Amino acid sequence: MADGEATRPPRYVEAVARALGDELAADDDVVVLGVDVGAAGGAYGATRGLHERFGPARVIDTPIAEAGVLGAAVGAAMAGLRPVVEIMYMDFLTVCLDPIVNQAAKLPYMTAGGVRMPIVFRTQTGGGRSSGAQHSQSLEAVLAHVPGLKVFLPGDARDAYDLTRAAVRDDGPVIVVENRRLYNRRAEDFDSRAPLPPGRARIVRAGTAATVVAWGRMVDEVLRACADDGPLAGVDVELVDLRTLVPLDLETVVQSVLKTGRALVVHEAVTAFGPGAEIAARIDERLRYDVEGPIRRLGAAASPVPYAPQLEAAVLPDAQGIATAVRALLEG
Amino acid sequence: MSDELLADVTTMARIRAFEERVARAFRDGRIPGFVHVSIGQEAVAAGVCGALERRDMITTTHRGHGHCLAKGADAGAMMAELFGRATGTCGGKGGSMHIADPSVGVLGANGIVGAGIPIAVGAALAARLRDSGAIAVAFAGEGTVHSGAFHEALTLATLWEAPVIFVIENNRFAEFTDSEAMWRGAPLLERALGYGLAAAERIDGNDAVAVRAAATEAVAATRAGGGPRLLEAMTYRHHGHYEGDPAAYRDEAETAAWLERDPLEVARRALRERGEEGALDAARAAAEDEMDAAVAAALAAPPPPLESALEHVGG
Repeated sequence: MADGEATRPPRYVEAVARALGDELAADDDVVVLGVDVGAAGGAYGATRGLHERFGPARVIDTPIAEAGVLGAAVGAAMAGLRPVVEIMYMDFLTVCLDPIVNQAAKLPYMTAGGVRMPIVFRTQTGGGRSSGAQHSQSLEAVLAHVPGLKVFLPGDARDAYDLTRAAVRDDGPVIVVENRRLYNRRAEDFDSRAPLPPGRARIVRAGTAATVVAWGRMVDEVLRACADDGPLAGVDVELVDLRTLVPLDLETVVQSVLKTGRALVVHEAVTAFGPGAEIAARIDERLRYDVEGPIRRLGAAASPVPYAPQLEAAVLPDAQGIATAVRALLEG
Repeated sequence: MSDELLADVTTMARIRAFEERVARAFRDGRIPGFVHVSIGQEAVAAGVCGALERRDMITTTHRGHGHCLAKGADAGAMMAELFGRATGTCGGKGGSMHIADPSVGVLGANGIVGAGIPIAVGAALAARLRDSGAIAVAFAGEGTVHSGAFHEALTLATLWEAPVIFVIENNRFAEFTDSEAMWRGAPLLERALGYGLAAAERIDGNDAVAVRAAATEAVAATRAGGGPRLLEAMTYRHHGHYEGDPAAYRDEAETAAWLERDPLEVARRALRERGEEGALDAARAAAEDEMDAAVAAALAAPPPPLESALEHVGG
């Protein structure tokens, strides 16, 4: 590694690995397990170096048996470990929902706190790379809909580090949804920005004309729209990165919308029955008479994510679509 | 030896008395929801859990009262749980299918068929990694062995050399369906060995002495690092799948033959050979008194405070 490289802030995917490494070093009860997380260092390198550093007993390669592995992680959590289990693509959640929804989320409740469930499910999503319909879907609404699950969606490297560590420290089940299209991105303010806990939104860009609420890669997409050479250049947008859907920092959103009077929620998940509907409804319940025009949502079109680049671009929200939605908001 | 038999007879009598009262209270409308009792299968719970230590962990099924009691869960708290009372094992938030008491190693009954099997493997992995000396037992029915959870759990157990024992309680019926009608291919023991388990054995699940002997050997071997193994305990449920199920799918002659081999009567014969037959009647009388008191206490207990409905969401 060149000298200049050593001082650069970590890429998003390196921040995940660093957070896991720091937790493994700090607590012998932390184990990492999943398909390819060990010797291979993870399909995208999010566990690179951990197998060598902590050994195969704590960074555990598993067969492709997601439901069994997640079930075992639930048992390990109840028996005293703090497992971090990887689900390689968010779409694969559907083959192992029982351990997440019926076991991890419900057992602490059904036993009135009798069992501990310090478990982290790490996964990643990210449309826009022709990965096809079974490797591209954003399913955070499904997760946030299940009482008992926390849902973290880091939008940059700093949050990837902070939210991953916070997830491992949490005594309940947490799903961390990374975005692989951010994996190579660095947060230039990684070392200077103060860490924020889960449940605290971040004002990424202050403004007065309209509030845009986003998370994950859409934070970056809104920033692109607002850049000097972007389609919203000159529009004074306030951008709120929710960072975590559960817990939800509605208060920061409400304060922003009180200031701007307009709100748009942007997410990569499909708009229909998506998290934007819930957030829009909650803003409306609080601010019915303080909002100009309807609260708008922008998400993916109601289709599986198509393969051909042109089709995929047509269904996913992008900077241009965000600009169109914000302008409609300002005119509405 | 005699101590073990007397202990298992006591456990079986307590399970029987507990579940007879549960079935009655359910019929009378005093227990809500649905309940599944294990009457007729008590020897499996008593013999296996009798061979375990307090630090060992179990997972069980929707038909789990017996395993929980045998592992040491408090009968009064369990009864209160079924009645939905504040004093229940889980504060009235779990019910019959979700009783868990980690303080005695019960990691939970489970309403999802098969879900407890990989959980037990994970608990065993944790015990091995933490070097705690504990082992885990997954109780499951024979209907469960077709599930992906069973296949994946056994795959992981052998890979991880997890100190876990799979106890498959074969009570002849997968819910309302004859289990044999759902079976093609190799028998269970062959399948189990195919996954690489260290041993797989079929035992008489209605004979507490046989269950205890097989379990003791399996527990010792597993605890010594001998690898995961499986016991298939042949037994029969006297009641339907759930209370209220008329069980019209059963063959009357077969049922009658199994009733002859009621595990309590099998134990009576073993006791009689030793001249201790009176011990069974004494154990049953004591259990009747204990469970009458459990029901009375449950009925007298208050419902859970309403604010508890929103407590312990997510941990």
